Amino acid sequence: MTDLIRSTAAETAAAIASGQVSAVEVTQAHLDRIEAVDKKVNAFLHVDTEGALGAARAVDEKRARGEKLGPLAGVPLALKDVFTTKGIPTTCGSKILEGWIPPYDATVTSRLKDAGVVILGKTNMDEFAMGSSTENSAYGPTGNPWDLSRIPGGSGGGSAAALAAYQAPLAIGTDTGGSIRQPGAITGTVGVKPTYGSVSRYGLVAFSSSLDQGGPCARTVLDAALLHEAIAGHDPMDSTSIDAPVPAVVEAAKRRDIRGMRIGVVKEFAGEGYQAGVMQRFNESVELLRELGAEVVEISCPSFLLAMPAYYLIAPSEASSNLARFDAMRYGLRVGDDGTRSAEDVTALTREAGFGAEVKRRIILGTYALSSGYYDAYYGSAQKVRTLISRDFDAAFAGVDVLVSPTTPTTAFPIGERADDPLAMYLADLCTIPSNLAGNAAMSLPCGLAPEDNLPVGLQIIAPAMADDRLYRVGGAVEAALNDKWGHTLLEEAPAL
Amino acid sequence: MNLVSYDDAMASYDPVMGLEVHVELGTKTKMFCGCSTELGAEPNSQTCPTCLGLPGSLPVVNAIGVESAIKIGLALNCEIAEWCRFARKNYFYPDMPKNFQTSQYDEPIAFNGYLDVQLEDGEIFRVEIERAHMEEDTGKSSHIGGATGRIHGASHSLLDYNRAGIPLIEIVTKPIEGAGVRAPEVAKAYVAELRELIKALDVSEARMDKGQMRCDVNLSLRPHGREKFGTRSETKNVNSLRSVERAARFEIMRHATVLDDGGTIVQETRHFHEEDGSTTAGRIKDNAEDYRYFPEPDLVPIAPSREWVEELRAGLPELPRLRRARLQGEWGLSDKDMQSVLNAGAVQPILETIAAGAPADQARKWWMGELARRSNETGTDLAEQPITPAQVARVCALVAEGKLNDKLARQVIEAVLAGEGEPDAVVEKRGLAVVSDDSALGAAVDQAIAENAAIADKIRDGKLAAVGALVGAVMKTTRGQADAARVKDLILEKLGVQA
Repeated sequence: MTDLIRSTAAETAAAIASGQVSAVEVTQAHLDRIEAVDKKVNAFLHVDTEGALGAARAVDEKRARGEKLGPLAGVPLALKDVFTTKGIPTTCGSKILEGWIPPYDATVTSRLKDAGVVILGKTNMDEFAMGSSTENSAYGPTGNPWDLSRIPGGSGGGSAAALAAYQAPLAIGTDTGGSIRQPGAITGTVGVKPTYGSVSRYGLVAFSSSLDQGGPCARTVLDAALLHEAIAGHDPMDSTSIDAPVPAVVEAAKRRDIRGMRIGVVKEFAGEGYQAGVMQRFNESVELLRELGAEVVEISCPSFLLAMPAYYLIAPSEASSNLARFDAMRYGLRVGDDGTRSAEDVTALTREAGFGAEVKRRIILGTYALSSGYYDAYYGSAQKVRTLISRDFDAAFAGVDVLVSPTTPTTAFPIGERADDPLAMYLADLCTIPSNLAGNAAMSLPCGLAPEDNLPVGLQIIAPAMADDRLYRVGGAVEAALNDKWGHTLLEEAPAL
Repeated sequence: MNLVSYDDAMASYDPVMGLEVHVELGTKTKMFCGCSTELGAEPNSQTCPTCLGLPGSLPVVNAIGVESAIKIGLALNCEIAEWCRFARKNYFYPDMPKNFQTSQYDEPIAFNGYLDVQLEDGEIFRVEIERAHMEEDTGKSSHIGGATGRIHGASHSLLDYNRAGIPLIEIVTKPIEGAGVRAPEVAKAYVAELRELIKALDVSEARMDKGQMRCDVNLSLRPHGREKFGTRSETKNVNSLRSVERAARFEIMRHATVLDDGGTIVQETRHFHEEDGSTTAGRIKDNAEDYRYFPEPDLVPIAPSREWVEELRAGLPELPRLRRARLQGEWGLSDKDMQSVLNAGAVQPILETIAAGAPADQARKWWMGELARRSNETGTDLAEQPITPAQVARVCALVAEGKLNDKLARQVIEAVLAGEGEPDAVVEKRGLAVVSDDSALGAAVDQAIAENAAIADKIRDGKLAAVGALVGAVMKTTRGQADAARVKDLILEKLGVQA
């Protein structure tokens, strides 16, 4: 191994397993990298040096005892700060959870630990995963390693930036409306939203329960597949968890053959608002799919145009209920408790100080949408749209194996540009939201740089629920062909930090 | 406020009631997590991320809770939903960990049923059931430093989440109309019958004194002949059978007083006061109260298979009303006697006393005599007297063995009620055993004869009826502990008279 921080997770795991390098050395190299660059990037909210080195030592000892190591044993990972970690702060990017140390591990956290993955720390995010730029974090924005004055996408901007800045080869994100895929596209990395119910939500602090889905983030499709297999699978602690075998995603990622696959291009995801360079790279990708032997057809999914308004009723409605528990009574921030105020006043003062503007906006929106007299018109109608979107997907998948579109309409925009324009910000998730509403599987992978700004463009692949393996099959083939064409990975074109 | 009399109220108005009963199920674990439901544990010792509502935690439905709900629904002659969901009821209270209660809204597990209840004169009144649904209990707040234990005036509050997440079934009646003057009696009889039913189903102990069964009494009045319901009050947490009756009665008189005065009833919750049977205003319930119900996205729908429902239906126990008819036959009681046993709430205590070895007539005698009187005096339910059926059975056995007479047995019962311990311990401690030992009785008999020479002479002359007076004198000096039959024999023997 020549470069401990630029290797893929698969390479690193193999090197550790063969004794070429120790897990402690790999971990230390990443901790050093974080130390060196994170003041600029701000990808991490909390770095767990002790815990990471301890976990790495445990892997090395296990190997020394001659025990078999898992496929990701000793590989460092950056965990989005929305998953609970026993004994390690979990803030969800919010002041209201400042100081809270969870007494329990999320299922994703414990599966990572069981797999011997080394959790380096917790990554920055838009507060409670509400946002598309990571600017809504109470702990300051994260910079995009391609251009630190630009956003890294969101809400999982910290996880994506950590990958692009070589602070970790693997990361975990959550995707409620695009929070894994859009940052992946924006930072030139790979992000997958698995089928709803295939990765446990136990210990994932809820934003919108019916949409939230944890998933893998990586620099390569194969690494994402390895991580996918480590975290997915039935969990009795999550009632919405699917009790079925995880699709063979690693095998699919290695296949690199899409001959005979039928691929649909979603007609609605183009036109006004789509950056020319994004469409150019997307259209080249579609051409590439044809060259690789796939049959490409155009598909119309008219209800997708209703996805955005439906999403902004359903997600805030659920959020208004999920976030009600933050009342200063049991954990986290407490403001104004000076012995003279009522519990109600303390709750109000704590929320005033503890929640950011976007969170407050969505709580108010959701509270209104669920109110008696408005429920049918808002929440009820949005649920009907959700059904229509699922039907459009069903009709499309009756004729094609996967759908493709740009992941997000534009490349990374400058920090601050859309901060005061929520509607402009919401457009970043235009192409990703339908999959959350339908609960199916989707991936974003890099497909080039937009010529006008030299910033990464993402290709989105969408597969039916529980057909996550198709994402990896198509993604793996596209990635290999593009790397062949460029002679290197896209990320190698990123400026040095 | 001077209330109009009950009779005057009923002369002008017709009451309409709605009863909402919450039953805490007796499942071993909570509704949505694996924590114990055992009562009396150290505060907050039976909690986990889920029942504390910690960020990231998720609920998983307790299958026994669902089964119990279906059993209750079936016993109440309800339809069982083929498909239903949980819903979130959003409101704030510090003892509610998530600030929403996981409940059911427009898709209850059971709906459209009825319960036939028997009134004191034997008449059957049908109470129609709107729905029975599953939900979770809240934690418990204790308000410290105030005079009344209420939040008003308290210096601080303590929260115990051991109760948070314990499964509850809420059973809601349709409006109960046509009960007229007997409305309070119907309310009491309904809650009593429901309690028997729940116990027979073995899904809860349904102890009202322990909060395992809690009743809200909704009541409104309308002038005779009018169809439209009046504005209702909701009297919360009425927690004994007697209180249910009293609360309904009080609210009838209070509403009538307000209405007679030309006033309007405010839709509000009310607190019931055990001490004087009155209610006082709680919070106003106007239309501003909006629970923003929506389907619980963290749980999947519940679709009980018809096979399962039929299996549960087939396994239902004998229902209390039918069982009562059977017992009346077995115990050989008249309608009137059976009714007094029922009214006193004595069926179960008597059954358990018989099960503990006492003869039926003896068991009935104690529960319907001494203990019923005490229950009346103290206004507490018979089953909740501080004596167990096993203890009553032991007293019966001591009487049968001749170790206690009736009078002594009564003292033993009183001592047990006073907390002096088991019957045998009381007999020992108080030295209450019947004295039939001749040498111990001899002196008392001699003394009685000496002090009542005139009576003794009468007996010697053959007036045997006079012996009672001497026996009484002996009983007095032995403080009732003498074996009366043996005393009589001794007296006659000493006086040389043949019985």
